[in-house]
Amino acid sequence: MSIYRSSLVQLAKGLRAGEFSSVELTRSLLERIRVHQPQLNALVSVTQDGAFAQAAAADRELAAGRAGPLTGLPIVHKDLFCTQGVRTSCGSRMLDNFVAPYDATVVARLKAAGTVMLGKSNMDEFAMGSSNENSFYGPVRNPWDVRLVPGGSSGGSAAAVAARLVPAATGTDTGGSIRQPAALCGVTGIKATYGRVSRYGMIAFASSLDQAGVISASAADAALMLRAMAGFDPRDSTSVDRPVPDYVESLERPVRGLKIGLLKEFFEKGLDPENERRVREALAVFEKLGATLTEVSLPSIALSVPAYYVVAPAECSSNLARYDGVRYGYRCKDPQDLMDLYKRTRGEGFGAEVKRRIMTGTYVLSAGYYDAYYLKAQKVRQLITSDFERAFAQVDVIMGPTTPTPAFEIGAKIADPVTMYLNDIYTIGANLAGLPAMSVPCGFVGALPVGLQIIGPHFAEQRLLNAAHLYQRETDWHLRIPAGYE
Amino acid sequence: MNKAQSSKSGAAQESAWETVIGLEIHAQLATRSKIFSGSPTAYGAAPNTQADLVDLGYPGVLPVLNAAAVRMAVKFGLAIGAQIAAQSVFARKNYFYPDLPKGYQISQYELPVVAKGALSIVLEDGTTKRIGITRAHLEEDAGKSLHEALPKLTGIDLNRAGTPLLEIVSEPDLRSAKEAVAYMKKVHTLVRYLEICDGNMQEGSFRCDANVSVRRAGSDKLGTRAEVKNLNSFRFVEKAINYEVSRQIELLESGGRVVQETRLYDPDQGETRSMRNKEEANDYRYFPDPDLLPLVLGREEIEEVRRSLPELPDEKAERFASEYALSGYDAGVLTASRELASYFEALVREIGGEAKLAANWVMGELAASLNREGLEIGKSRLAVGQLAGLLRRITDKTVSGKIAKDIFEEMWSSGRDADAIIEEKGLRQITDTGAIERAIDEVMATNPRQLADYRAGKDKLFGFFVGQVMKATAGKANPAQLNELLKKKLSS
Repeated sequence: MSIYRSSLVQLAKGLRAGEFSSVELTRSLLERIRVHQPQLNALVSVTQDGAFAQAAAADRELAAGRAGPLTGLPIVHKDLFCTQGVRTSCGSRMLDNFVAPYDATVVARLKAAGTVMLGKSNMDEFAMGSSNENSFYGPVRNPWDVRLVPGGSSGGSAAAVAARLVPAATGTDTGGSIRQPAALCGVTGIKATYGRVSRYGMIAFASSLDQAGVISASAADAALMLRAMAGFDPRDSTSVDRPVPDYVESLERPVRGLKIGLLKEFFEKGLDPENERRVREALAVFEKLGATLTEVSLPSIALSVPAYYVVAPAECSSNLARYDGVRYGYRCKDPQDLMDLYKRTRGEGFGAEVKRRIMTGTYVLSAGYYDAYYLKAQKVRQLITSDFERAFAQVDVIMGPTTPTPAFEIGAKIADPVTMYLNDIYTIGANLAGLPAMSVPCGFVGALPVGLQIIGPHFAEQRLLNAAHLYQRETDWHLRIPAGYE
Repeated sequence: MNKAQSSKSGAAQESAWETVIGLEIHAQLATRSKIFSGSPTAYGAAPNTQADLVDLGYPGVLPVLNAAAVRMAVKFGLAIGAQIAAQSVFARKNYFYPDLPKGYQISQYELPVVAKGALSIVLEDGTTKRIGITRAHLEEDAGKSLHEALPKLTGIDLNRAGTPLLEIVSEPDLRSAKEAVAYMKKVHTLVRYLEICDGNMQEGSFRCDANVSVRRAGSDKLGTRAEVKNLNSFRFVEKAINYEVSRQIELLESGGRVVQETRLYDPDQGETRSMRNKEEANDYRYFPDPDLLPLVLGREEIEEVRRSLPELPDEKAERFASEYALSGYDAGVLTASRELASYFEALVREIGGEAKLAANWVMGELAASLNREGLEIGKSRLAVGQLAGLLRRITDKTVSGKIAKDIFEEMWSSGRDADAIIEEKGLRQITDTGAIERAIDEVMATNPRQLADYRAGKDKLFGFFVGQVMKATAGKANPAQLNELLKKKLSS
C-alpha cells in the first residue's frame, strides 16, 4: 500500500520496523502536497525545512530506541495554533505578517511527542465560517469535488486529510468547525470537552466555545493524537486538572449494552432524506454490535443557533479588539492619527464575515441591549446544557447527523449568512454545553460523503472514540479516498 | 451682584450648599508579579522590558490570576469588616486605547470580591465618622502613553500593563475636602499596615478619582457630579476638591448647571479642566471574561487570611492608649504606620517601661529629625537600641534631659552611641551632693548682691542662681538635686 494511504498507527509501525524513515515519509508527503496543493489550497504554509529537521531528529530517536508512539509522524496544524518562528495567520490579512514568538500548548505537546509539522492548514478567517470561503488565502476546495466547499472553519485540515496529503491534522471547533468539515470531506473529526485541551496559543474566536481537536482518517488515529494533546495546562485557567485516560488502550472495548440516544429534533425538518438514511444505517450497525437505541429530546436545541450567534460574536468582538495595528500584524499605510490608524487597520485587515460578527457582537453587548441579547443567550445556553444533562441521565451517547446536507458549491451560500449559519444547526449544541463530539464518515449521498455525529457527556472522549473505532471496524467509509487522490 | 459682594458673601453661600464626595482609590497591590502574567511589577525599568506576551496582548495568550493579589484583596476586605464574595467574577471593560493592549481591561464589575465595608475617620472636632466602602475590586492597570519622549509621536510603555490594582470605592459619605483627605489617609495607613500596597504616591502606587457634587443644604437629592481623575497626592485631593466645589457652586449660583463629566486636575494652574463629558463617554460593553473562571473563595481560605491579619491601626491605637497610658492623640500619631509603632514598642521594651518618655522622644526629637531630612522611620539614623541607650542615661540620671538633647543631635549626625559621647565629652551628670554644694557655695560667694536681694524677698533670683551653678558645672549638675540643695542653702 502506498505510504500516504497508511494510517498513523500503520506509519508508526513502519517507522519502527525500519520500512521507511521519517525523512523519507516527510519527503514523500511534501511531494504529494506540492502536486495537490495548487488545486486544493488546503495549506497556507508548507514548512519544508523545519519538517526535514524534525524528521531527521525523529529518525535519530527511532534509531536510539527512544521513540514514542507519535515520533516521526507528519501532521499539519490549523493556522490558528501559534507556531514559534512560523507565520500564524489565522486565515487573515490582519496576521499575514505575524510570525508567532511561541508555540501553542497543543503544538508544544505534539512537538515534544515527536511529530513532524509539514505546514499550517487553511481556514476561515479567525475560524469564522462553515465553508472555508472566508480565508484571506482563498477558498479551500473539497477533494471529493473541487467545485464544492470542504466545510469550515477547519476546512484546510479536513481537505488535507481527505486527500491524504497528511495522515492527521489539528483543528478547532467553536460551533462545528472540526465536525462539519470532517463530515463534508469524509474524514474523522473529534472536538474534545471544553477544558480538556489547552487553549493557550490557540488564537481565540469565542473563548467560552473554542476547543481543539483532531481531524484524521480514523478514530484510532484520533485517539493517538488526542492522547498527546489533552491534559491540564496551568497557562489556561479554563483547562481542567483531571487525568487523561488512555484513549488508545480502550479502543477495542465492546460496545454491547451501549445506550444510544437518537436526538429527535435532529431528525426533523431540514435534514436531507438521503443523509438521514445514511445515519440510520450507521445506527443499525451499532445495534448489530449490541447497542440499544432510544429516542431522546432536547426541547431547547432549536434555540442553539440564535444563542450561538449572540454569544460567539459577543466574545469575538472583544477578542479581536487587540488587532489594532499598534504592536503586531497588519497596519494601514500612513495613518493620519490614532482614529485613522484604528479604522483603516481594522477596516483593511479584516474580511467581511469577521467584520459582520464584530459588529453583531458589539451590538449585543451594548448598553440597553445586553440583557435582551447577551444575557438571554446565556440563559438559553444554560437551558441547552440542562437538556443535555437530562438526556445523558438516560443514555451513554447521543447520535445523529453532523450536517443537514452534504457539501455545497463554492459561492452558493456566501451571500446569505443565515443560510450559511444553519449549516451548524446540529453541531452548535455540543459547543454551547461544552461537550465532546465527533463526526465519523457514514456513507455517501450521491458521490459526497456525510457524517454520523456522536456526542458524549463531559470528558467522555474515551467512549466516543471507542464507539467510533468499533463502527469503523465494521465499515470502510473512512477508508474511501476521493478519486484522483488514491 | 458685583464682584466684591460676591467674594464677601462667599462663605455664607458655601454654607448654603452641602458638598458630597465619593472617592475611588486605586491601590497598586504589592505583588511580585503581575495580576495575570508572570512579569515582574518593579517600578522604573526601561520601557517595555517588564511586559511579556500576556501583557502585550499577543494572539493566543491567556490570563492566569495571581493568587497573591486575591489574598491581598481579601485581607483588605476583612480589615474593613466587609463581605468577601464566595464567588466573584472578572469582566472585560472594552475600549480602544494604545496603552491598553488587548482592547479591554480585565476588571470586576457586577460581582466584586469585596463589598459593603467601612472605615472611621476622626474629624477636626475630634469626633469620629463612619465612611462606607461600597466595594473593592481587583483589576489590571493599563500601560502608559509617553507623549513627551518622541516629537509628533506617542510612545507606549507597557511595563505597567497588568499591574494588579485594588479599586476601593467609597460611598458618597464625605462632606468636605478635609474629610476626603482624612479618609484617603486612613486607607493609605491601612493598606500599608496590611502590607498590600507600598503607598508610594509619587510613583502612582496609590491614587484616587474624586466624585464631587454639591446640593442645597438640607436637600437629600444628590447633585450632578463631576469626576476628577488621577489625584496622586493628599494636597492635590484637597485642592482639586475645593476648586471643584467652588466651581460648581459658582456655576449653580449664576443659574448654570453642572454637567456630568470627567475632569482633570492641573496642579500648576490649581484648577480642574473638562476631559470628556457623558455624551462622549465610552460604552464599555462589560461582560464576564470567558478566559477566567469565577473566583471562588472558600470559608476556610478566608478564615486563613483572617488569621494572618496584623493588628489594625485602630486596634493598635486603642491598645497603645490603654497599655502605655498615652493620650488618644499620642496613640494615633504613634500608630500612623506599623514601622513607627513597632519602633516605639521596641523602645519601650528596651528601656523597661517609661512609655511616656519614649513617646515624647519618638514624637519629639526623633520625628523632628526624620522630618527635617524627609526620612521614613525605617530609614532612621538611630536604631532603637541606640535611642534606648540614650534614654537609659536619662532614667538612671547620668545625664539631664537637656543634655540628652545635645547628645541626641551628636548621635544623629555621627551615628555614635550615647555612652561614647558622654564619656568623651565628660557629660556625666554631677550627682555628688558635695560637689554640687561646693559649686553653690562658690556662686553665693561671688554674687553677694544677688544673694542679699534674694534673701530680701526677690524670689525670682532663684533662677539666676540655678543658671550660675549650671554654668559653673557645665550643665552637668543634676537639676533636681541642684534645686533642692540651692533652696536649702539660700534660705539658711
